[in-house]
Amino acid sequence: MTVLEIRDLSVSVTTEDGPKEILRGVNLTIRSGETHAIMGPNGSGKSTLAYSVAGHPKYHVTSGTVTLDGEDVLAMSVDERARAGLFLAMQYPVEVPGVTVSNFLRTAKTAIDGQAPKLRTWVKDVRVAMDELKMDPAFAERNVNEGFSGGEKKRHEVLQLELLRPKIAFLDETDSGLDVDALRVVSEGVNRAKAESDMGIALITHYTRILSYIKPDFVHVFVDGRIVESGGADLAHRLEAEGYDRFVSATA
Amino acid sequence: MPLLERSSRLTTPLPGASAHSHGMPFVPDQSRAERTSSYAVADFPIPHGREEEWRFTPVDRLGDLFRDEPTGLCLDWEEHLPAGVTISGITVEEWQRAGLPKPGDRAAAVAAAHSGGVGVIDIPAGTELTDPVRITLSGSEGQLVHGHLWLRVGDRARTTVVLGHTGHAAYSEVLSITAGDGADLTIVTIQEWDDSAIHLGEHDIVVGRDATVRHIAVTLGGQLVRLNTNATYAGPGGTFEGYGVYFADAGQHLEHRLFVDHDAPQCTSHVEYKGALQGESARSVWVGDVLIRARAEGTLTYEINRNLVLTEGAQADSVPNLEIETGQIRGAGHAAATGRFDDEQLFYLQARGIPEDEARRLVVRGFFADIIAKIPVAELQGHLTQAVERELARTAYAAPEK
Repeated sequence: MTVLEIRDLSVSVTTEDGPKEILRGVNLTIRSGETHAIMGPNGSGKSTLAYSVAGHPKYHVTSGTVTLDGEDVLAMSVDERARAGLFLAMQYPVEVPGVTVSNFLRTAKTAIDGQAPKLRTWVKDVRVAMDELKMDPAFAERNVNEGFSGGEKKRHEVLQLELLRPKIAFLDETDSGLDVDALRVVSEGVNRAKAESDMGIALITHYTRILSYIKPDFVHVFVDGRIVESGGADLAHRLEAEGYDRFVSATA
Repeated sequence: MPLLERSSRLTTPLPGASAHSHGMPFVPDQSRAERTSSYAVADFPIPHGREEEWRFTPVDRLGDLFRDEPTGLCLDWEEHLPAGVTISGITVEEWQRAGLPKPGDRAAAVAAAHSGGVGVIDIPAGTELTDPVRITLSGSEGQLVHGHLWLRVGDRARTTVVLGHTGHAAYSEVLSITAGDGADLTIVTIQEWDDSAIHLGEHDIVVGRDATVRHIAVTLGGQLVRLNTNATYAGPGGTFEGYGVYFADAGQHLEHRLFVDHDAPQCTSHVEYKGALQGESARSVWVGDVLIRARAEGTLTYEINRNLVLTEGAQADSVPNLEIETGQIRGAGHAAATGRFDDEQLFYLQARGIPEDEARRLVVRGFFADIIAKIPVAELQGHLTQAVERELARTAYAAPEK
């Protein structure tokens, strides 16, 4: 059982007009096997939460703690966090010219596991995972994210989720820009990964659409840099019916 | 490609733009075609460093190479010649009567005048070699050497030639390359000199009718290396591809100048150089001149230079120039971009558990990969990839800002 605990987390970014606070005291606990949907309007800081936990250098933690099974995540480098079991499926994955998907996946798997995967099983694992995500095998020899369509980038993120088997994964708007078929394929990938490794998931989304494929245990409404309401799956249905207005006006 | 702007210095006539194409004639104030070319050393005054063609070069270190007198010295020479390939010698006068391009600057004129003779590497017409021709030149004790080779590739011959340079010398060379009609030549020139070496080179390439010449320059070692690669066409339908990879460390000046003179119709040129720089005072210069003359209708040309600045204090100059004297072309474009290491790439790789130093290695290896893949000798690809990684490991990085 793994526990990620985020306590009173405040985060700012540097802008031309000085530091700007984006997260204002976030509290969230994610345990193995739990799926948390984090929902909120654009610009509320949902993605900042995910990137801050992953350690992106742009975000400065001004107060609060993040621990993974008691270990201080904020003291770790970006790669140490990933090796400790954290994963971030990015909304805009970065192109890495000249580095093939297959080389990248093998290098990442070796780093996460601390040893190179056994070649025969690894090649098969990659092939099966790609097949299930309906990815062309030729994809493995393309450069990471270079020239990928939006849907291909998302499949590639979920492919990594399946192969790297993190303990806690943040999925940052993995549903955005996907048509219904792609959304189903990608969601099935997330569900498979969860079934195999019992990971905890923070599913960041603007829309409730993905929640019919990935069932949340908890739903959190994120407004203006903090969680303003938490509930069960039924809260998502209310958000769908009522929108975020009620929360936005309440904090304005 | 996130390698735009943010350069420590980028001298390009295209501020703000990373790439564009010309469809209309473009007349600069001075044509590249007006530069002097001559066998006579006296036609080239000793450069003082303010001339257009020398303005980036530390000419004060080159006095010995501008001096108009022979040294009688040569580099050590190792060769591997596949069956059918021969090496012979001709006199400087015989070479001058051959009607090849004349030297284009003082150093090349001195080297051509005082080489003591021209080594001619002949690849006979129709020869198809699978095994590359390999010649390795090495210096010791920093001796001043003038060298002159003529690589003569017969009609329809297909071959790869690898010319290596190692050790410590002050080497000034002219390499004349003629590719016969329908020939297919890949010439790889590798500069892996010791850090004290100086190398000035002029490579003059004449591309035959419907021939293809790929010139690949790999410059890793040497305190000062300056290669001028000039391509012209002997007839229509020719293709010149110029590729380059360089890695400048602290104190190194690595300069590559290319001039593609499109003077025949329906010819193609593609120039692509990539460089990485790291360390205080690491310096690279890339100048890409393309001239499309009035008779060169149907020309298709593109040139690009990208630089990856890995640390503070390094400087990359990048100057593409395009002169077009006819509108009847298939296309002409150029681009230059100098950027710092992309922190987003680093974050992405590290977020997958890959440690920072390994992530940097991956990115730099990836940056050079498409050019190194052009070298049609697998073991050489591996050797150069490792050499680049050794360069990368040599200077410790300044810790990135958190």
